[in-house]
Amino acid sequence: MYELIGVTKQYRRGRTRVDALAGVDLAIGQGDRLVIQGPTGGGKSTLLQMLGGLDRPTSGSVLLDGTDLAKLSERRLTAVRGQNIGFVFQSFNLIPTLTALENVETALVPLGVKTADRRDRAAEALDSVGLVERLGHLPSELSGGQQQRVAIARALVKRPKVLLADEPTGNLDESMRDEIVDLLEGLCEEHGLTFVMVTHDSAVARRAPRLATIRKGRITVKENRPVG
Amino acid sequence: MFFTYLRRELRRRRKAALVVASGLALGIALVIVVNSVSSGMKVAQGKVLESLYGLGTDLTVTKARDQLQEGARPQRPRFAFEGQEEGEEKQSSDRLMVQGFETLADSTVATVAKQQGVDRAVGGLSLVNLKIDGEFTRGRIQRGEQQPGQPGQPAQPGEATGGGPGGPGDTVTGGGAAFDVNSFTLYGTDVTAPDLGPLTTSTVSTGRTFETTETDAKVVVLDSAYARQEGLTVGGKLTVKGVSFEIIGIVTADSGQSAAQVYLPLKQAQTLSASTGKITTIYVKATDSTKIEAVKTAIQKNVTGTTVTTSADLAQTVSGSLDTAANLASTMGKWLSYAVLLAAVLVAGLLTSSAVGRRVREFGTLKALGWTSGRVTRQVVGEALVNGVVGGALGIAAGLAGAYAVTAVSPNLTAELGASVGGFGGRGGGGMVFGGAAVGPGGARTAVGKTIDIALTAPVGLATVGLAVLLALGGGLVAGGFGAWRASRLRPADALRRVE
Repeated sequence: MYELIGVTKQYRRGRTRVDALAGVDLAIGQGDRLVIQGPTGGGKSTLLQMLGGLDRPTSGSVLLDGTDLAKLSERRLTAVRGQNIGFVFQSFNLIPTLTALENVETALVPLGVKTADRRDRAAEALDSVGLVERLGHLPSELSGGQQQRVAIARALVKRPKVLLADEPTGNLDESMRDEIVDLLEGLCEEHGLTFVMVTHDSAVARRAPRLATIRKGRITVKENRPVG
Repeated sequence: MFFTYLRRELRRRRKAALVVASGLALGIALVIVVNSVSSGMKVAQGKVLESLYGLGTDLTVTKARDQLQEGARPQRPRFAFEGQEEGEEKQSSDRLMVQGFETLADSTVATVAKQQGVDRAVGGLSLVNLKIDGEFTRGRIQRGEQQPGQPGQPAQPGEATGGGPGGPGDTVTGGGAAFDVNSFTLYGTDVTAPDLGPLTTSTVSTGRTFETTETDAKVVVLDSAYARQEGLTVGGKLTVKGVSFEIIGIVTADSGQSAAQVYLPLKQAQTLSASTGKITTIYVKATDSTKIEAVKTAIQKNVTGTTVTTSADLAQTVSGSLDTAANLASTMGKWLSYAVLLAAVLVAGLLTSSAVGRRVREFGTLKALGWTSGRVTRQVVGEALVNGVVGGALGIAAGLAGAYAVTAVSPNLTAELGASVGGFGGRGGGGMVFGGAAVGPGGARTAVGKTIDIALTAPVGLATVGLAVLLALGGGLVAGGFGAWRASRLRPADALRRVE
């Protein structure tokens, strides 16, 4: 599914050069579940952005099903994101003026799905995360956990190949955290998705079969014995 | 989704949207008011010119008085009173004079009509009637002791002592003169061409106007102001130089200022003033309004010794508060309104750009979901465009209200014509005025030109409303462009990183 070869990413912060990724090689298979951990500023989110086609590496290749995301035009890259990659963010990133249903619909807009079909699919996705009763609610009318469920429904409604989650439980309390992780894992398994999650939470990390750690832009991957 | 998202965003940021829309509305309202006032100025100027020209007249042809030779005195009307031997002497003089211009032979009308580009031409004769009635009373001479007076010596009015005509020591007492001066203007009109000439800008308020068969009839049409002043009514009589005319109609000048106080058939005017076969002004209608300058050139070339005046020439001589206001509207007013509009668009642009700045995470997320830059840009521009449309609607409403208020108040403006331009301001000593000089009721001939009071209106044309709509949409697009530019440059990773 994914193959990262010699991926580097450098930023300039004033006069200082920051090596966010310093030659990352990584392979992620179809249906894999990978958790990425590491200290703040270690390059976790940068790696996730490379995988999601949100950013381009300074050098190296990010192959998704054999296509190098680094070399795609902006339009093609946007299309790949729209069709194949679902995102879940720490801050949920819902559009505050749109209802839960409409927020989920936004993921189908780039695919050109017709309005009626879009609504049906969005309602179905919200049903799958247990929010069928909250279709018409604005994000401000939902709890943190419910908002994250909407975000998960939004990520999955387009039936992507990959689900990328950046600290999805970072803004949730412990009970909600387990609920969301259970939901994510269950849905990924159900749909056969490749799932990559960045987290600080060791309890969450322990549940993944593969654990990658990034420090100073360098990655090490080890097989985990999942604690479930 | 586009409209749902747009509607919700505008509702969420309605205060900012209102500020943007209000700014645009102010600018657009100013543009409408200034444009409509400018149109009103043009209409007012047009009315002023029409009051002199008459409707449908494109040019006039006149012959200015010959330049006086150096040291020569201008010709003035002379009144000769015959002296009597004794007692009070009743005197009366009724003079009918050609007014304003040298006369032209009425055959010139045909010559002018033959010129290329001339549709029609009619002649007219401007006259002024000056009537003086009164009496002299002889003074009495009391002779001094040493210098006996001369019987029959003409007495001076009033009283004189010493050095008088009777010689030193004689005293004159009593005597004097009392005269009524009555003056009014007349215009001899070609009744066979009722749709060309000065009478066309007047509306019949009582009675009727001339019939085309009344070429030599003893009938007159009076200006309403003059009729009111003299207490004359339709069916009554007006005596001009001893000839009685039937009053067939009373007309009111559309602009409030008539070209003459009495209108009569041209032939009668020529006969009364001993100007048979003569006219003062030829009114010309061109076949095409774009050919006026060419017609002017042709007439000047082929009918020598004449002054040809177009409405453009005449417009240049308009001065007074109308001219000042027109200049103000066309220069400062326009610049001010466009400056306000530009400022409003810039402010709207900055507010839109700032709103995009506050929504980087939102747009970053949408881009991460696969929204193209174009789709995000359209969303931003759409919101700005709605602001523009709302601002445009408010601005058009405010502008129409402003224009309506100007029309309702109808401030009075004064236009002065022909005072400063030699072409038809007059040459020589006459101080003539184009198209028939104005003579104040009972007063002397105007030497500085014609002053017309005219009410200002602010008509709003479809073009002005169309301009407002375009400005609103343009303003919205420009404002949206600021935000769109910023949104399109937004990279999803940067947008998300900035807020994480």
